[in-house]
Amino acid sequence: MIYADPNTPDSLVQIKSRYANYIGGAWIAPVKGNYFDNITPVTGQAICEIPRSTSEDIDKALDAAHAAFPAWSKTSVAARAAILNKIADRVEQNLEMLAVLETWDNGKAVRETLAADLPLCVDHFRYFASAIRAQQSGTSVLDDGTVAYHFHEPLGVVGQIIPWNFPLLMATWKLAPALAAGNCIVLKPAEQTPLAILVLMELIGDLLPAGVLNVVNDFGVEAGKPLAQSDRVAKVAFTGETTTGRLIMQYASANLIPVTLELGGKSPNVFFEDVWQQDDAYRNKALEGFTLFALNQGEVCTCPSRALIEGSIYEDFMEAAVARTQAIKMGNPLDTSTMMGAQASNDQLEKILSYLDIGKQEGAEVLTGGARMELPGKLAGGYYVQPTIFAGHNKMRVFQEEIFGPVVSVARFDGYAQAMELANDTLYGLGAGVWTRNVNTAYRAGREIQAGRVWQNCYHLYPAHAAFGGYKQSGIGRENHLMMLNHYQQTKNILASYDENAMGFF
Amino acid sequence: MSTSLDRVDCTPAAAALIQTLMQEHGPLMFHQSGGCCDGSAPMCFPDGEFQISPRDVLLGRVEGCPVFIDKSQWALWSHTTLTLDVVPGRGSGFSIEAPMGVRFITRSTICLPPTDDSQ
Repeated sequence: MIYADPNTPDSLVQIKSRYANYIGGAWIAPVKGNYFDNITPVTGQAICEIPRSTSEDIDKALDAAHAAFPAWSKTSVAARAAILNKIADRVEQNLEMLAVLETWDNGKAVRETLAADLPLCVDHFRYFASAIRAQQSGTSVLDDGTVAYHFHEPLGVVGQIIPWNFPLLMATWKLAPALAAGNCIVLKPAEQTPLAILVLMELIGDLLPAGVLNVVNDFGVEAGKPLAQSDRVAKVAFTGETTTGRLIMQYASANLIPVTLELGGKSPNVFFEDVWQQDDAYRNKALEGFTLFALNQGEVCTCPSRALIEGSIYEDFMEAAVARTQAIKMGNPLDTSTMMGAQASNDQLEKILSYLDIGKQEGAEVLTGGARMELPGKLAGGYYVQPTIFAGHNKMRVFQEEIFGPVVSVARFDGYAQAMELANDTLYGLGAGVWTRNVNTAYRAGREIQAGRVWQNCYHLYPAHAAFGGYKQSGIGRENHLMMLNHYQQTKNILASYDENAMGFF
Repeated sequence: MSTSLDRVDCTPAAAALIQTLMQEHGPLMFHQSGGCCDGSAPMCFPDGEFQISPRDVLLGRVEGCPVFIDKSQWALWSHTTLTLDVVPGRGSGFSIEAPMGVRFITRSTICLPPTDDSQ
């Protein structure tokens, strides 16, 4: 089916012409009264106005968050879990509308938002509702009369800066643990994709006490930066790239506060020769695993953007992989049969095209794709790129840099040792894939690859309760797991003596 | 301060944008980013905003503004020369040109294709 464009009579989505910030439980216009146009990458057209906020708006949001914190931090875990479950229910009840909206805001194919982004949002809220109920504090008997109690306490007011590739899901990854742990939040959506988070707040705002969750929109430099620099946040969480990651750590060091960072990768997807041993369901799954570089138009921090194929099967594997890639259907992202949609912004499109140029200059062979995708009619102004396979070697820049587009760079390897050497020859360590029918190889490779997430015989699954985060330059922290609660909590130790007698020093 | 490698220049459009930005913000600096989302793109800050460390190298200057890159990243880029350009854009990190609806982009020219040392 094809969903109607938002703001047409048949659409599930009606977008307002202008949005405000959500501060203290109310919709507040930006202090300076400035707005910017929000563009849908589906057509390249402006669809609404978004506040162009400044530090004054961030201050208002921080005021609201600090006012809300004393009461919110004292709510029972049962009460907070109930709210998170209600948020999940509300998202689930509006799943189809939010999926269409997310597609319109981000450009991704609606079949992905329907099947992945939104169902995962629902589940991650429910997961952290459960996790906070099940979290235990520690009691340690140190000796006969001395006991150490460890209590979890929320950090306070935290700042969260959200990326544009999965706007609702990335917001959920950060919101759910922070709210569960009892923090108040000032959240800044990406300026490329602010809309769905604002509509989410329209849906769930009434479920939260005023000021617990505040959303301020802007360009990063005008409000994201003052948020990250503020001495009134207890922690900053950021997903993005390395320079801004370093800058956020620099600001945090001035305030002596913690950060969690997710900064991307250049994830290897390793296919050992036994993948090709039989023409069966597993081989088909492995070929899909290769083609997952095109999921979300490649705009995924863990995009399997380096495929390493064992030399003995290289020719046969790649013949099938190219065919599989050429079968990717592009078109209207609101058509449920479309497999790959638009890149999120014009500058992202330009950057991807610049890397297609770099790969060709470096001598990488274009096996398929290699150019912008021109689509007809209303889509002509959108930001579409052909799924592209480069064949080359690991020293090429297209093997070492995150293109954040539907581009995979393929190299062959000979034997396990070289596979591991190439897989680990990267600055990053966020994700990796290992494909083999041999359980011993799968285990050893999984342990040897320096990445926070190694998928064995699968890829691009992001369930709650599987920790996600980076090695090397890919960041700090582990999301999607109850251990993320610790990144939003202080540990209070009460060290108690149950002994009437003096120590005897004085 | 590190020694300049003289490996970066800029297009006339980027030069004009840098001059405009300097009128508002004063001296500027660039740091080439890596990683996801807005990564693999140059970030423009008021000079001194971003703390340069021994792990950065100075690629050169454009319109007098220093352009840095992480040393380990440069090791992978060293077969290229870079040209800063500007395209219509929607924002990126804390780079200061974003509110103007434009975005700096790094274009690359390959001096010498990298050699494959794995074979």
